[in-house]
Amino acid sequence: MGIRFILMVNKQGQTRLAQYYEYLTLEERRALEGEIVRKCLARTEQQCSFVEHRNYKIVYRRYASLFFLVGVDNDENELAILEFIHLLVETMDRHFGNVCELDIMFHLDKAHFMLEEMVMNGCIVETSKSNILMPIQLMDKTS
Amino acid sequence: MSGPSIMETLFQRTLEDLIKGIRLQLIGESAFISKAMEEIRKEIKSTDLQTKSIALQKLSYLNSLYFVDMSWAAFHCIECMSSSRFSLKRIGYVAVSQSFDEQTPVLLLITNQLRKDLGSVNEFEAGLALDCLANIATVDLARDLTPEVFTLLGSSKIPVRKKAIGVILRVFEKYPEAVRVCFKRLVENLDSPDSRILSAVVGVFCELASRDPRSYLPLAPEFYRVLVDSKNNWVLIKILKIFTKLAAIEPRVAKRIVEPVCDHMRRTGAKSLMFECIRTVVSSLSEYEIALKLAVSKIRELLVDEDANIKYLGLHALSIIAPKHLWVVLDNQEIVIKSLIDADANIQSESLRLVMAVISRSNVVDISHVLLSYGHKSDPDFCNEIIGSILSACSHNLYEIVMDFDWYVSLLGEMSRIPHCQKGEEIENQLIDIGMRVRDARLELIRVGRSLLIDPALLGNPYLYRILCAAAWVCGEYVEFSTNPPELVEALLQPRTSMLPPLIRAVYLQSVLKILTFCMYSHLQKQSSISFPSSHNLEGVMAECVSRRKTRESSDILTSAQDDVFNPMISENILCEEDIPVETKGENLFFEKNRFSQESIVNLLNAIESALEPLLGTLEVEILERARNVLGLIDLIKQQIPNHLSPEEESFSREASEVWKLIRSMNDAFCEELGPVSFTAQEKIQLPEGLVLEENLRELDSIYGILQPPLNFLPQREERVEELPDSEWRSRDDLEPSNESTSLLVEHRKRHGLYYLPSGVSNDYPLANDPRSGEHDYDENEDLIRLAAQSLAPKKKPNYSKPRPVVVRLEEGEATSHIVSKKPNSKYDLLSGVVQDVLQETNPMESSQKGKEKVSSDVPPGSKENLQDLVDPMGERSGSGKSKHRSHGKERGHKIPKKNDREKDENCERARQKGSHRLGRKKTRQRAEGQTDLHAHTPGQIPDLLL
Repeated sequence: MGIRFILMVNKQGQTRLAQYYEYLTLEERRALEGEIVRKCLARTEQQCSFVEHRNYKIVYRRYASLFFLVGVDNDENELAILEFIHLLVETMDRHFGNVCELDIMFHLDKAHFMLEEMVMNGCIVETSKSNILMPIQLMDKTS
Repeated sequence: MSGPSIMETLFQRTLEDLIKGIRLQLIGESAFISKAMEEIRKEIKSTDLQTKSIALQKLSYLNSLYFVDMSWAAFHCIECMSSSRFSLKRIGYVAVSQSFDEQTPVLLLITNQLRKDLGSVNEFEAGLALDCLANIATVDLARDLTPEVFTLLGSSKIPVRKKAIGVILRVFEKYPEAVRVCFKRLVENLDSPDSRILSAVVGVFCELASRDPRSYLPLAPEFYRVLVDSKNNWVLIKILKIFTKLAAIEPRVAKRIVEPVCDHMRRTGAKSLMFECIRTVVSSLSEYEIALKLAVSKIRELLVDEDANIKYLGLHALSIIAPKHLWVVLDNQEIVIKSLIDADANIQSESLRLVMAVISRSNVVDISHVLLSYGHKSDPDFCNEIIGSILSACSHNLYEIVMDFDWYVSLLGEMSRIPHCQKGEEIENQLIDIGMRVRDARLELIRVGRSLLIDPALLGNPYLYRILCAAAWVCGEYVEFSTNPPELVEALLQPRTSMLPPLIRAVYLQSVLKILTFCMYSHLQKQSSISFPSSHNLEGVMAECVSRRKTRESSDILTSAQDDVFNPMISENILCEEDIPVETKGENLFFEKNRFSQESIVNLLNAIESALEPLLGTLEVEILERARNVLGLIDLIKQQIPNHLSPEEESFSREASEVWKLIRSMNDAFCEELGPVSFTAQEKIQLPEGLVLEENLRELDSIYGILQPPLNFLPQREERVEELPDSEWRSRDDLEPSNESTSLLVEHRKRHGLYYLPSGVSNDYPLANDPRSGEHDYDENEDLIRLAAQSLAPKKKPNYSKPRPVVVRLEEGEATSHIVSKKPNSKYDLLSGVVQDVLQETNPMESSQKGKEKVSSDVPPGSKENLQDLVDPMGERSGSGKSKHRSHGKERGHKIPKKNDREKDENCERARQKGSHRLGRKKTRQRAEGQTDLHAHTPGQIPDLLL
């Protein structure tokens, strides 16, 4: 499994989106998110975007007030994951138009839908923005 | 529809209302959420599916972001999931994906719904079902739904097929038998012209191959084609990952991919792909010089990059290559060393790892010195990381890289004084271990121990207690090396020792007992030598001294002084063994001779007595017992000594000889050499019959959970064990974590405040290791650069003024034996077994190849040539008759017109072979019997298509 989880967390450390690709109990998730937030949010801009945590790595990137954190296996390509995060943000940008925290809060289902298109089972399966957005646009039209 | 449900529908809060509510609530988030949960519990029971689904949606939201339990709503999830309206169905599916696990009781109910949706003509419904299956598939679900997934693998709708490929990984994992059904179709997808399909299928193979590369070797030709043809960086990165694994186990694959990997490295502008190429080269292709050189030059580019991410990756690549090609690290040493002062902790520790990789006998002194001086100034975590890695590097394989133990011991002392040092336990172990193993280091150990013990400021730092404990033990055990034993006693009994945890204090007291015994022994020995200059007694004393020398076999300054009087020869021998210049020795002797005057001994006794008497009221049994031991001995001595003051020789000799006997036997007991004991020593002792260990001890576990004694080397007396007070053993066993001890101490202080010093006392002393003390004030950056310039470069072995001292090593493999417990993961074994089965089924040739590889030691000469052929590059091989014959034969088999002249055009060749590939497999099976000799010439599928 390449990607283990994807988190979006705001500056205050509140989780805005959480997608796990392995089953964790609520308590495990709470502990994990707490640890990660403590570890990553304290880092400065000059520090690198990779953090070793437990037996895996966290690759993160900050966009305005939102942190995008992706937990990956140790041999995953860190730069590719950074690009993946950027792709995700660009995709959201295209859909919401300059995406912000509120967009994700109020349209969590759509954010999840995009992720479903992009990642399955921890593998990145889709990297084209228009392909990712196609089903969502269709759904918007019909509803 | 019933009344209440209409009401519910009309006035139900939507998810958006809920989110707004959470943002605007005034009653506190958790109160608001529990209120919302009450609503949800009501709404979700509604018969109206719309109402139910909105409730479920809210619940999923709260579950995902606010950790609200939703396992109770499993059945409601299923109800929504079965709705015919897509929007409701989707809410149900999201909830199921999010909350179901293997234990969910209603899991069995969804199989049919999933089957129905997987077969749906609506591609989005099928997509939903596939997404859900990817998240929650269990063994049962995977088994029951394999046929549907198989159908979708061939779907004409690209998004559906893509998701079907994505789900395969989970299905295989849960139900390996599915491989028999789906694998072939999965492999076919590698040929798909659609980049989305390719990207998905390569991702799946990357995961599969990372778990068990060997099974996927036969697919190397397909992967190779992707590697050469694909333009998609995502795909290339995954393919490179696959090849990293394959090349590590199959040299032929490695040889084959060197060229394309280098091509990608030269051409690509994407850093991610570049880094993946570098990683492939450094981990699997490092023996190919062209590739390695190129990769090294690219690594250098990464290292000098401004971006912290890129720099980190550069260092990471270096650490992968370090074990195989250390020169790469040495070439970049300057950057590595400078990275130690990077702002980023990740970069710091990565470069620390690299520095530790280049540490050796010739540079260990410089590196440790610079690292420590840097550790003083860095943050506590990294400081401890530095200390920890120096400790483990130096102690590795019985201090292999340490030439000069005096230096190392004083380094340990220096480390202990670093304010953030939390490696007390490790330093403690090493101090004691070195004491037992390295005779020549004992003098320095005493010096370092003394300086730690006499510093009252150190007693305020709980992290140091264990080191102090070791220092106290060392000073007691090797007191004969001390220049000033009474000073040690003073240090061990200073008022601030009351801050120590009781068990460590007990070690202090035991050391006092040892030192006292030693002082008395030396004193009395001197007395006797003076009082009986040439009496009948002399011979006996001398003989005794000689025999003692023999049993100890250790050089001993102080007693050698006394020996001097009796037997110059012996002391001469000892002098030769000693490293200490003779002048110092002379001084010591002088010093010592004056020290143990009658008066000084009496003073010593009085000092000990007055310090220990208050302890007789303590509640700590360990302290109490030891204090009583010491005081008891003093009592005995004191009864005798006053008589001694009278000049009457007769009474003296009689009285003194009693003390003499006592002291001598005690000294003998303490003089037995302690040696290291193997880790496995305990196992060799046979369990006495009828001894039930576990039954009683298990209960203690809960009480003493954290007090487990380190399973390290326990000191051991070689003989006369029964006479020995057992503090030596306890000194290691009884140590406690400082937290507990401080709390005990506090409690003790409460009860016995009388015996404690006023609380302000800790302020009387300067802070331990005040960083402002100016000792390490030089600029460490400059130092680092100097180090880069000098010490890392492999230089000539420095001339050591003295040979490396002997380090006692036990015969058996004492050096930490790594138990390599390679526990094969049964699940993946199962999976790889099936994959291999399937691949062999489709390629009968594969099995012959496998067999050949296995018996490679006794292959017939003919097939050996074949193997040689395979290794030859394509161009060269095309000239050999054998290979021509082979390709000829194959083409005939495939009924494709002969095109030998085009053979050199690789792409064409591959494309052609690809085209006939599937066809060819069937045909090979048909003619398998008739043309066995042809098969002998085409051993396996890898070379067939790769070369």
